[in-house]
Amino acid sequence: MAGEGQSPATRMLRRQNSVIESLSKAQGQSHPVRPPSARGTDACFHCGEPCPDDAFARDEKPFCCLGCQTVFSLLQENGLGQFYELNSAPGTCIRAAAAAVKWGFLDDPAVREKLLDFADERQAKVTLHLPAIHCVACVWLLENLFKLHPGIGRSLVNYTRREAAITFATDRIQLSELVALLASIGYEPELTFGEMEKPPAPLRKKSWLQIGIAAFAFGNIMLMSLPAYLGLDSLNGPWFRAIAGWLSLGLALPVVTFCASDFWRAAWWSLRQRVLTLAVPIALGLAAIYGQSLFEVLAHRGPGYCDSLTGLIFFLLCGRLFQQKTHDRLTFDRDYKGFFPLAVIRKTAAGEESVAISRLQTGDRLILRHGELLPADARLTEGEACIDYSFVTGEADPVTRTAGDHLYAGGRQIGGAIEVETIKPVAQSYLASLWNHDAFRKRRNDDLDSLTNRYSRRFTVLVVGIAFTAAAFWIFSDASRALKAFTSVLIVACPCALALAAPLTHGTAQRLLARLNIFLKNAPVIERLAGVDTIVLDKTGTLTCADARGVEFQSAECGLPSEASGRRMGARSAELSMDEAQWLASLTRHSTHPHSARIHQALGAAPLPVDGFRETPGGGIEGEISGRRILLGSRSWLERRGVACRSRGNEALPEPGEKSAPPHVGSYTCMAIDGRFRGTFVLANTLRPEVGQLLAQLGGRFELALLSGDHVHEAARFQKLFGPRATLRFNQSPAEKLDFIRALQKSGRRVMMVGDGLNDAGALKQADVGVAVVENIGAFSPASDVILDAAQLPRLAQVLKFSRQAARVVRTGFVISALYNLVGVSIAAAGLLAPIVCAVLMPVSSATVVAFSCGTTLWLGRRIFASLTQPEKISTPAPLLEPAVKLVEAA
Amino acid sequence: MSVIIILILASLAVALTFLGGFIWAVRSGQYEDTCTPAMRVLTEDPAGAKPDPLSPKHSKKP
Repeated sequence: MAGEGQSPATRMLRRQNSVIESLSKAQGQSHPVRPPSARGTDACFHCGEPCPDDAFARDEKPFCCLGCQTVFSLLQENGLGQFYELNSAPGTCIRAAAAAVKWGFLDDPAVREKLLDFADERQAKVTLHLPAIHCVACVWLLENLFKLHPGIGRSLVNYTRREAAITFATDRIQLSELVALLASIGYEPELTFGEMEKPPAPLRKKSWLQIGIAAFAFGNIMLMSLPAYLGLDSLNGPWFRAIAGWLSLGLALPVVTFCASDFWRAAWWSLRQRVLTLAVPIALGLAAIYGQSLFEVLAHRGPGYCDSLTGLIFFLLCGRLFQQKTHDRLTFDRDYKGFFPLAVIRKTAAGEESVAISRLQTGDRLILRHGELLPADARLTEGEACIDYSFVTGEADPVTRTAGDHLYAGGRQIGGAIEVETIKPVAQSYLASLWNHDAFRKRRNDDLDSLTNRYSRRFTVLVVGIAFTAAAFWIFSDASRALKAFTSVLIVACPCALALAAPLTHGTAQRLLARLNIFLKNAPVIERLAGVDTIVLDKTGTLTCADARGVEFQSAECGLPSEASGRRMGARSAELSMDEAQWLASLTRHSTHPHSARIHQALGAAPLPVDGFRETPGGGIEGEISGRRILLGSRSWLERRGVACRSRGNEALPEPGEKSAPPHVGSYTCMAIDGRFRGTFVLANTLRPEVGQLLAQLGGRFELALLSGDHVHEAARFQKLFGPRATLRFNQSPAEKLDFIRALQKSGRRVMMVGDGLNDAGALKQADVGVAVVENIGAFSPASDVILDAAQLPRLAQVLKFSRQAARVVRTGFVISALYNLVGVSIAAAGLLAPIVCAVLMPVSSATVVAFSCGTTLWLGRRIFASLTQPEKISTPAPLLEPAVKLVEAA
Repeated sequence: MSVIIILILASLAVALTFLGGFIWAVRSGQYEDTCTPAMRVLTEDPAGAKPDPLSPKHSKKP
């Protein structure tokens, strides 16, 4: 099918791909013809990973593993080869995907029913979240899924949400088979416990309809009012005026009732709560305008103000839509359920079976394999557990447990399979109990305390006061003028400009921050950010991270690893020769264990082919490279294989699980070449870059505190970073973190919590502003107000400064609109306001505020963030633009 | 004089047609996802390549 009948777009993409290929060949390879099994760095045709040799090559295309090659063949056979023409190496590496998961539990009627959008006897529709979707080719492949299986019908991808809605014939393919098929081609759906209870995504149909109808009515009424403004209506006699008036009233009716329904509802709600929000004067103004128009048309006095009324509602709706910018990929209110898998493996008399977490009962015996998560509190019955609680407690090192020990929900097993017996239901386990705290029950009302509403309370009282005074003043001399003055004041004072100032400033600021990979839950968060005076930070995962910089190699020749003698990998330790580095890089590339991945990243050498690669879960990895047998793993595993892990000083190395004294922080991995102990890799958590600078910037203005679930061994180091006044707390449980924040708030502080894991979830929720730091936008993050790309953490001080300036812009916007109102109201109170003045004043005041808010916010944002470099990853639309950008560059 | 009435009614009728079109577009979900359709135009499918949305019964390609 890769023939003549291709569209220009496809041809362009092909040409672009060939340009990229030739470029990469020119840079990477000096030999034009690659000898078989030589040191090669060809990129896998499917996923773009470097390939060590030709072992998996097919159709003269290199592949890095059997998985990628299989997907390629499958797509070729089914006429889906175009996938590779749409983008270079568009696939997801199959080797890196998790081990085969049993999807049988998906056919459980209870699970099935919750996942399916729709089902009848013949077919069903399911919407799956596929995080691997990343480019045009993915969209194309998933929408052509029907070519892979006769039971699959139409599939529709939503790129921004990373979702695919798939229709399938229930008699031909089971849901489990469909999911298995998706996983086999690299699009494993994210099926978590939380997914089952997720409410359907809110539709924006109503907002669009409201705006469209308001715009329609606004335009048409304006057309009919124009003759009246220009004095042309008298040419046609009084009947024209009457018809125009009636038509305007008719067109404005759906706008007032349907389009403005949310404003009426908000005003009614605020009156019932006995709080004056901005919705009250808006509703008063709208009612006054429509009432006045109705009166004028009925009494044949004039055309009314329906044009201003519909225009006002249209602008207000536009402002609201602008503010309601949502980030489809992100979820700001996830709880522990989003972290739990949908099913676990249960051991029964008959054998093993997958069981949905919602059906788990106390006393069930579960089997947890490497990397799997414990969903409920349990007792270990068999096997040696090495549990990583880092996401729950913030403790960096995994802990070792033996049979009979109590395990808490949320821990992740590292190593071999273990067997546990659940002792508590999922909803009452250690992790879940945090969500039963009342901090999660009360819903914070962002609206009531906002700047706009504080201002509008005084404003409303003032306006109503003036309206009544004006009416009272005129009522004795001129009764009709009294009514006119009363309504005119309400109409002119209708806070359109005021209502636009905050949404536009916030909306603009939100967009600007989103471009820097800083995502706000909603616009009022900006205001709360501006009010922050205390910043509480989590340690593990927030200030520190596990990356290649923390990897140190310690040769067996020099005793125990320590900060003084250990050398950084980046500095090309003389202890590890170039060849050794290359062997290790080649070996670690085959394992998905986090330690392997970090060591591989730190070494960064070109891969060589590995023979006889084997991974022992919980032990280590081994393989033969260039005739050398290399073992990499835990000390006990190496010793079991006959390697004496002794350094020259004959000191024993500490076990990975043991609590080590400083400065030996982190995990250890031992390495042996040809049966001889060679040395140890120390994998430490290191401070993120620029953290010191950030803390120095923040320290001057804010009170700082550190809350860590980790032990105290780094207290001195952090006290130095945070300054002498800062409070540092270690060994904090999630509930203690929450209480700490609450205590700060009770003493009148406005607290910002910066954290990353579920252990911070309570504190993030309780804090005035919760900031979740994530390594990967779109990956799991606990409920928070702000989701911050970890790379942007150094910008936190700038973000806070920007939000303070944005709040100042809103206040200035209020002053501008107040000045307009002052002029308008003084004319109106005199009862002199002509319709033409009213019609001009209203849009002009709105336009001024719109231009001022957006313009100033953009300018301030540019000034603050311009000095900093742009992030490498740009949010959503980037993959779409990439081909075009590359094309331009290639040209 | 009545010509202006006819004109107004005619222009309103045209405007209402467009409003109807807009309402149909919104209700059929075209405003829910404004990103993916832009990506779809980059790919190209021969006519008849899409399956029938209601009956996913078609033979597997050789």
